Amino acid sequence: MQMNDNTFRPKIVAFCCNWCSYAGADLAGTNRLNYPADVKIIRVPCSCRVNPTFVLRAFGRGADGVIICGCHPGDCHYTSGNYYARRRMTLLFSMLDYLGIERERTRVEWVSAAEGAKFAQTMNSFVETVTKLGKNKRLEDLRCKK
Amino acid sequence: MQRIGVFVCHCGSNIAATVDVKAVAEAAKHESGVVFSADYQYMCSESGQDLIKDMIKEHKLTGIVVCSCSPRMHENTFCKAAAAGGLNPYMVEIANIREQCSWIHKDMPSATAKAIVLVRSAIAKVTLNAPLTAGTSPVTKRALVIGGGIAGIQTALDIADAGFEVDIVEKEPTIGGKMAQIDKTFPTLDCAACILTPKMVEAAQNDKIRIFSYSEVSAVKGFVGNFTVTIKRKARYVKEDLCTGCGLCTEKCPQKKVPNEFNLGLDNRRAIYIPFAQAIPKIATIDPDYCTMLKSGKCGVCSKVCSAGAIDYQAKDEFIDVNYGAIVAATGFNPIKVDKYDEFAYAQSPDVVTSLEYERLMNAAGPTGGTLLRPSDRTHPHTIVFVQCVGSRESEDSTKCGKSYCSKICCMYTAKHAMLTREKYPDTDVYVFYIDVRTPGKSFDEFYRRAVEQYGVHYIKGMVGKVTPEGGKLKVQASDLIAGKQLHIDADMVVLAAAIEPDKTARPLATLLTASMDTNDFFTEAHPKLRPVESPTAGVFLSGACQGPKDIPETVAQAGAAASKVIGLLAKDHLVCNPCVANANEMLCSGCSQCEKVCPYGAITYSYKEFRMPDRTTKLRLVASVNAAVCQGCGACTVTCPSGAMDLKGFSNKQIMAEVDAICK
Repeated sequence: MQMNDNTFRPKIVAFCCNWCSYAGADLAGTNRLNYPADVKIIRVPCSCRVNPTFVLRAFGRGADGVIICGCHPGDCHYTSGNYYARRRMTLLFSMLDYLGIERERTRVEWVSAAEGAKFAQTMNSFVETVTKLGKNKRLEDLRCKK
Repeated sequence: MQRIGVFVCHCGSNIAATVDVKAVAEAAKHESGVVFSADYQYMCSESGQDLIKDMIKEHKLTGIVVCSCSPRMHENTFCKAAAAGGLNPYMVEIANIREQCSWIHKDMPSATAKAIVLVRSAIAKVTLNAPLTAGTSPVTKRALVIGGGIAGIQTALDIADAGFEVDIVEKEPTIGGKMAQIDKTFPTLDCAACILTPKMVEAAQNDKIRIFSYSEVSAVKGFVGNFTVTIKRKARYVKEDLCTGCGLCTEKCPQKKVPNEFNLGLDNRRAIYIPFAQAIPKIATIDPDYCTMLKSGKCGVCSKVCSAGAIDYQAKDEFIDVNYGAIVAATGFNPIKVDKYDEFAYAQSPDVVTSLEYERLMNAAGPTGGTLLRPSDRTHPHTIVFVQCVGSRESEDSTKCGKSYCSKICCMYTAKHAMLTREKYPDTDVYVFYIDVRTPGKSFDEFYRRAVEQYGVHYIKGMVGKVTPEGGKLKVQASDLIAGKQLHIDADMVVLAAAIEPDKTARPLATLLTASMDTNDFFTEAHPKLRPVESPTAGVFLSGACQGPKDIPETVAQAGAAASKVIGLLAKDHLVCNPCVANANEMLCSGCSQCEKVCPYGAITYSYKEFRMPDRTTKLRLVASVNAAVCQGCGACTVTCPSGAMDLKGFSNKQIMAEVDAICK
């Protein structure tokens, strides 16, 4: 989101699992813990629902950072979903490296339903990192701009 | 073409104070497919819901977006409203502009801009929603209660009372839990055993209740209404059906040097034992760590003296599978280990005890027969110092093993100990060091004041700095914060009110149940205020101190509440299933079986199906199919599928892509 032309605001897509991280994000809200408005959350049933192509799609459409949040290892509502997510994203990271997208633009974090503070803190640090990196230009050519 | 209605909630000033709701409603009007958009004070109110119903009819809406609080809060409310308006309830999407927007952003322009993006993304998603019909699954009318303390017993009794069968799984040889170890209960000072043991007997005699003592839950499969639980019945080397509980073996066993855990190691028991006289079930158990027969094959005394022939040295752990409709966690608490607190010299002197140990020393069935004696020399103590908040209310960065929370029960039981000590032994000087005295309960403050005013207990605000064992005495160095001076007390005993923590078995159990826990390993409730006895995992309920520190009245109240939730669930014959399940597009499926391997529920099966080929021949192909009643909708298979044949209803690839596009636009 471009507030004004001088300050760069990154576009951040956050995939949050319904059971832990989305609830953690809600808790951050209930506790009024501030984090930048650049973060937009997409609710998914489980972190294992996040297809790596969603991440590529986000970068293709102009996202500057993508973060995937799920339950802590061992705490997945569906027993093992977050392990699949971790493995898939590890593979995706090497592909993103190949594409030349900075490693810091993608992140996988475990946030439980009780960790509102951790959610806000994670988002603050992620937005800060991505803001420092600046605009993501790597996949710009692929963007479908109307 | 979809006809979308958008409803933007003010939530009083909760949303409207930081998000320009009118601008959001206006912006939504320009999105493709939107035919109606409005803002309203409280969408969840009856008139707000009526607005949804009316507009669905008036504008022939095919989908709606409600911009309000978290879907975890009111998604159900709005789905029901939509259904009442004649719309399929799954044609509703929520844009979370309260918890994830207005509450976290202070600046109106950026919060409004974000809200518009969130609404746009919800509109993009709802445009691709398809009407779904929820299926049903049967409910197994039997409940499992894990933990046989007062919480578990009360829950089981209440469930059985409603006519449902219930099993209690208790890891110890007897039910009763911590309450069985307690002497008297505050604030009425009635004896714990007198009010607990009748309940234990009632549970044992109830024909709807089965008690699996000395057992643990080792695996949990299934979902709400249809759990299959594997219970590990640990080998107790005594046949439960034959043992009469006469106790002869526990008197004749030559292995006398086993620390008695029921008395917290203050005295010894035999290798074959019955924890206490009123144990339920009253069956002996052999401790394999100490039994000479089991360790070296030489002894067999218990077998010789047992006239019932109940001893079985060859016994093995047994595993049984039982089906349940609901599961209640009632795993309780334990006092923390206080050895790390060097300043209190717990490890150095036997006369420094924890409050639970003190409870046993006061108990008529305890190691001293109810006479208060110092553990070191068995003499009567004349000066006793109680230290409160040992390990409770510590700062987060503390290097100790302490807890940041208040353990809640310590103020009251310390007042009780102080009072009982003064009553039995008026010649004893009793000092209580406290940070704050917290007595928020019915008749609690009166109780504490009685300890101070009537019984003359010395309450001193301040912490004990050091306890030094010296010449048979305990030199206590403490500060009196109100008088502003240092105190030196020569005490005979020091009693530490140790913080309480969840039982160690709770964490692995939470993993088995996929129930969430907080950072202190207490079970998390589905909603801290509105759903305090349910875990976020459907069909799993919480009872007692496993959810947070609690005294007995609160535990019993919560146990009853959990039972009523279980009864509500078991009273149903069928449950509505989540229709957001995976489905396989057979035309795209290549039959690789990758999805079958990742499915945690075994919901995917493969079978040969006949397909018509373009040249009008038929061909048999192996394709996946999803059992909708078993699928829980995690979506693991959708990402694994290399050909894109698997998709998740309600969270389809297209829907999520559309959300991504709308956010990045």
